[in-house]
Amino acid sequence: MAVAKPKQQRLVLALAALAVLAVAGVIAAFALEDTAAYFKAPSDIAAEQPTPGQVIRLGGLVKEGSVTRSADGLVLNFTVTDMKADTAVSYRGLVPDLFREKQGVIATGSFDGNGRFVAKELLAKHDENYMPPEVAKALEKNGHPVKGAPTASVGGDMVAGDPAA
Amino acid sequence: MAAPDISNLDLHALANPLRFTRFATVLTPWLLLLGLGCLGAGLVQGLFLAPPDYLQGEVVRILYVHVPSAWFALGGYLGMAIAALAALVWRHPLAALSVRAIAPVGAMFAAICLVTGSIWGRPTWGTWWVWDGRLTSMLMLFLLYLGVIALVHLHEDRARGLKMAGYLAIVGTINLPIIKFSVEWWNTLHQPASIRVSGSSIHPEMLTPLLLSALGFLFLFAGLVLVRMRTLIAEQRLEMRALRRAARAG
Repeated sequence: MAVAKPKQQRLVLALAALAVLAVAGVIAAFALEDTAAYFKAPSDIAAEQPTPGQVIRLGGLVKEGSVTRSADGLVLNFTVTDMKADTAVSYRGLVPDLFREKQGVIATGSFDGNGRFVAKELLAKHDENYMPPEVAKALEKNGHPVKGAPTASVGGDMVAGDPAA
Repeated sequence: MAAPDISNLDLHALANPLRFTRFATVLTPWLLLLGLGCLGAGLVQGLFLAPPDYLQGEVVRILYVHVPSAWFALGGYLGMAIAALAALVWRHPLAALSVRAIAPVGAMFAAICLVTGSIWGRPTWGTWWVWDGRLTSMLMLFLLYLGVIALVHLHEDRARGLKMAGYLAIVGTINLPIIKFSVEWWNTLHQPASIRVSGSSIHPEMLTPLLLSALGFLFLFAGLVLVRMRTLIAEQRLEMRALRRAARAG
């Protein structure tokens, strides 16, 4: 066998190093699976049974028809669901524009003694769909409602129909 | 296993810096003009003619800058890493220059992506920044670019600095699939990709200006890199001339 030229040696070395790195990266990515997750779904939380006061990020969809406000209008109550489990959430503070039923949210907070999740921070998730309002409306009219599409009003106003109000 | 013999490929046709400079001088203004043209058309369409989004309203228009800058911050990094590999393996004289030329342009694109994303995140998500998988790995990309730039200048011996910068550039490619798939591997605040092999979930009226703007970003990226390559080649020639003059005087 002919002795490899230096540049071939370097190429083989570089490619071998890259392959090792790639494998290391894949292993790291799998190992990080749980810790790199930004939030926990209601079913994760149901399985883990966190202690009251333990700070967690809860993520999922706002359950349809679950949004209400306290009598004084300051506390927002809603249910976060991942279709497998539900978590009841209370939040007091500014509500992001995109907060809607059937839309993703991430709430940071902890459980109180009564099993209610009290959020200190509320973030709205956005999905990968982008379309003009007319298209969303047309889709809805034809029986293909778009997730989180505004029906009559938007944002925090949507809780106006709340029986407590 | 014998390595494929690519040493005879005609990589050397453009390896001559003088020939490359001639080629780049002709190409640069065209790339910059095309880039500005496409970007202008894309932004006029995106900012004024395209419809607002059904959920986000007018804020969606940041998309036309944010997404292309993200694409080519990533693409530019891949190009820089390939150049670093070529510099390491084949000692191609222009490859090392390309690493130095691409790094600041890519860093700028990554910065544009991070800043516009943050501006979009505040009204949409309700926060400027979170440490989720996508945002954190994108910040890593920006820092990797800065690291490459810093390493080039770290050593008094330019060649050694370049070598270390090249290693970092190559190792950093691991971050590229992490950025791409972060939104699928881990749950993140950032939404998953809208444009996939299976199709796009962006309405055509919004997709057209996005692609136009992306084309503009691509041409601008290439044009700016060529401008920097020419600058670096000129700088090198000046240094050589100064060295020769010093040698003659000494």
